[in-house]
Amino acid sequence: MSLALILILPFIGALFPSLIIRQGRNACTVATAFFSLLAFVLLLTHVPAVLRGEFVAVGWNWIPSLGLNFNFYLDGLGLLFSGLILGIGLLVIVYARFYLSKNDSMGKLFTYLLLFQGAMLGIVLSDNILILLIFWELTSLSSFLLIGFWGHLPEGRQGARMALAVTGAGGLSMIAGMLVLGNIVGSYNLSQILQHKELIQSSSLYLPALILILGGCFTKSAQFPFHFWLPHAMAAPTPVSAYLHSATMVKAGVFLMAKMWPVLAGTEAWFYIVATTGLITMLMGAVIALFKDDLKALLAYSTVSHLGLMTMLFGFGTPMAAVAGIFHILNHATFKAALFMNAGIIDHETGTRDIKRLGGLLLILPITATMAIISAGSMAGFPLLNGFLSKEMMLEEASKAFWFGQPWVFPVLATLAAVFSVAYSLRYIFHVFFGPRKAVENTHPHDPPFGMWLPPAVLVLLVPLIGLFPETFAGALVRATAKAVIGGPIPDFHLSLWHGFTPALAMSAIALGLGVFICWRYLRLNNMVEKIPVVQAKALFDKTVNAMISVSQKLIHGFHNGSLQRYFFVLIASTTLLGFVTYFSNLQTPGLRPTLAAPPVAIAAFLVLLVCCAIIVTLHRQRLVALVTVGVVGLMVSVGFVYLSAPDLALTQISVEVVTVILILLALSLLPKTTPKESGKARRLRDAVLSIFVGAGLGGLTWAVITRDFSSISEYYLAQSKPLGGGTNVVNVILVDFRGFDTFGEITVLGIAALAIFALLDGALRGATGAKLAAWVSDQARSADRHPLLMVVATRVMLPLMIMVGVYIFLRGHNLPGGGFIAGLVISIALIVQYMASGFNWAAKRMRFDYHKIIGAGIMIAALTGIGAMLMGFSFLKSAFGYVPIPLIGKTELASALFFDVGVFLTVVGAVMLALASLSQIQRRATHLPDNREASDLEKGR
Amino acid sequence: MELLMSATIGILTASGVYLLLRARTFPVILGFALITYAVNFFIFAMGRLAVNQPPIIRADVNQYVDPLPQALVLTAIVISFGMTAVIVVMALRSYIETDTDHVDLK
Repeated sequence: MSLALILILPFIGALFPSLIIRQGRNACTVATAFFSLLAFVLLLTHVPAVLRGEFVAVGWNWIPSLGLNFNFYLDGLGLLFSGLILGIGLLVIVYARFYLSKNDSMGKLFTYLLLFQGAMLGIVLSDNILILLIFWELTSLSSFLLIGFWGHLPEGRQGARMALAVTGAGGLSMIAGMLVLGNIVGSYNLSQILQHKELIQSSSLYLPALILILGGCFTKSAQFPFHFWLPHAMAAPTPVSAYLHSATMVKAGVFLMAKMWPVLAGTEAWFYIVATTGLITMLMGAVIALFKDDLKALLAYSTVSHLGLMTMLFGFGTPMAAVAGIFHILNHATFKAALFMNAGIIDHETGTRDIKRLGGLLLILPITATMAIISAGSMAGFPLLNGFLSKEMMLEEASKAFWFGQPWVFPVLATLAAVFSVAYSLRYIFHVFFGPRKAVENTHPHDPPFGMWLPPAVLVLLVPLIGLFPETFAGALVRATAKAVIGGPIPDFHLSLWHGFTPALAMSAIALGLGVFICWRYLRLNNMVEKIPVVQAKALFDKTVNAMISVSQKLIHGFHNGSLQRYFFVLIASTTLLGFVTYFSNLQTPGLRPTLAAPPVAIAAFLVLLVCCAIIVTLHRQRLVALVTVGVVGLMVSVGFVYLSAPDLALTQISVEVVTVILILLALSLLPKTTPKESGKARRLRDAVLSIFVGAGLGGLTWAVITRDFSSISEYYLAQSKPLGGGTNVVNVILVDFRGFDTFGEITVLGIAALAIFALLDGALRGATGAKLAAWVSDQARSADRHPLLMVVATRVMLPLMIMVGVYIFLRGHNLPGGGFIAGLVISIALIVQYMASGFNWAAKRMRFDYHKIIGAGIMIAALTGIGAMLMGFSFLKSAFGYVPIPLIGKTELASALFFDVGVFLTVVGAVMLALASLSQIQRRATHLPDNREASDLEKGR
Repeated sequence: MELLMSATIGILTASGVYLLLRARTFPVILGFALITYAVNFFIFAMGRLAVNQPPIIRADVNQYVDPLPQALVLTAIVISFGMTAVIVVMALRSYIETDTDHVDLK
């Protein structure tokens, strides 16, 4: 359980820094450090168990059918990495407190840091590779935020983008590789996958999986040729560099190679890909590092080189090389994180990181200098320091490796890399702390405050301790980790300073001697090197990215020319094509369901519809004609519903039809009354052909489906409508009870649509659009008798009748055709008719409802009904019902669904009325009717 | 009857698509309306056709048409009203603002 807590703590902690920063920087640091510290302490409680070799695990199932679970386990490798992540994380948090200036948003940085910390822990603790991949992506994202922390600097933004592009692309490759791997084994759990070495290596998919997974590892761990993003990520604040780019994130790739070592390593493909890449990266990084003048750039390339070293060791595929790799992970983290913090101190104190402008700082920054000498000495591989031990183990392994039968390749090139490694380390020491003082921006540098040098000091202390007493301080951890990595019996080894006169010792001695010489002759060498033209990786990267952008822009702009007609055509044509292809690529058998006879009246209605469609298509330029004909089609549709046993649909269709036609008429009064002829003959023919194909396709599809029998889930609804829902109108019971949640969503959408209409039109009353409306010239003659007396009288007499009909339809809805939707529409029509007959002012004066509130009340009532059911222990919107005696009517059945239907009713009335009222407001403005008192009262009331 | 229904859906769709491909907003709106009818009929027909079998439970009747597509179509009709209203208003506002009712504001 506490294992899960270790993982969750940083994520919980990430919520706090941005809040607590208001209490000051110290409080913020304490809060942030608290979560890391707590997780670290919890981790320590597991140390004895892990060192004893126990399997510490925790897990929950998520979607077992997909192989998804939240399983986590802690082995030696997980312990080593979790320790680095939490331990160095803690030191970085303290260091950052003193490093950040007052202008930097500390809360933001700490939030990102904790997010990153949690993501890293997720990678090293996950058992399930799908979950691991999520955390893997999460590290890319959080490191993007961290590298781009100084978003005001272009380097910060570019560096962050580059890192995200490279590691993100690698992440995709990793996802593919992991899925292939999981597919080979049939499990997505590492603890399962790691048991199947033979199965994986004999699979024909082994090589693709290996290459894809390595794609992820190499990009993350900055291996050649993906190394270039790491130096650019140095635009991050130094605490971030110390954390991400020395100890944690860049080691995630190495971690995964170590994790997968038992099943992926040991083949020729693994050896030649991994060891060779590692060797090239190690040598290239070391050479470039020597000629960098920026302290952080030097350290960045040095990190690239050391990551190559570890990669090469894991690539060798021998257990002893893996042990060396593990040991170097630990050692590199200690001295490199310390060195990054050291570079940060120098930058902080002198105002520059440029080696050419630094020098003679030994006596001015004595503490800093001491720490730099020890940790850079370890980086160089000087005896007595921990870097020496693992580097010698590396040289020992390299001296045994053959490259295509050549025994010299690895030892010679590894020694050469070590030479440059010594040289750049010495350069860091001598060119910064010795030699003459140079003028720097801050003329009075001094050792930093305690809080800034303590964190690196803790790491620097470990350097000679591990160097002198490796078995005491690192033996158990390295052994436990090796056991996890190798997965079988671990080689018998003893970490110690002196192994006798071995080839590795000679190689070390050569490296030290030549390295000292190169550092001594640095200036002359540098002058020579500067004359060699160098390919800048960033320029290449930018060029590639720009080329890709321009290609995709051409592609997009080629297809998306902004023409809606073209989009519609492509969309419809391709969908139709897909439909036809799918239909005809399957075997067709005729449907056997007996068909219904078509009575003459149905044929007549069909013919009316046919004629109407013909009129609409041919006369669509006469907009009024077309609109009225569409209304007739709607009428025919509702007749069809009546005939085909759907009375509810018929009622809904006919009332919606009325409202829609009124609404479009209102809009049409402002829009042009005719459509100009624009498309040529060929275009119209093309569109007609497509239309016929679509129509034939959908009609044919319908025919194919409805002439076949089917089984429906509706038997349940029919059987349970009365016993469970308390109503005999099954359609209504489905709407307000069985599928009430859908209906709730739908009335919400309707309410939102009405509000959108209001927003669109109310905004049009103001500003430039409002002025335009005020100066509107109508293209229609206005009727002399705008409110015909006969119509006024008729509608006023009709109003109470219509409302009664509405109420009646509403109340009987649960048992007979009707219900909230239909009643809402009927009542709306009754109200609209008043507006039409008697004028907006007359009606508005008498109907002082705020339609916004009606919509809101409707949705609230519907929601409360559902929540009420939940409070009583039923599911959302479960209806309860009983029989209530009502005077005059008698014993009536009342269901709680009735309240829900009230909500539906109110929402429909509110939405319809708001849409129409907003439209008529616009219309009034355009026809220059004065905004008189009543209308303005209505405005105020809103 | 099934043939009539399929033909109706086909004709409504064809007319709707043709109008959808016109260059002015008004025919596009009418095209949407026609396609809405077709789609509602299509969903409705998925419950198969039946005459005189309304899904109103009565003691003396034991044959009912499938009520579920009807419930779906009922809300679909109301929602499509909402959708039509929104696109009508968008067309109106863009015409007022730009003085053109071309779909690409040309």
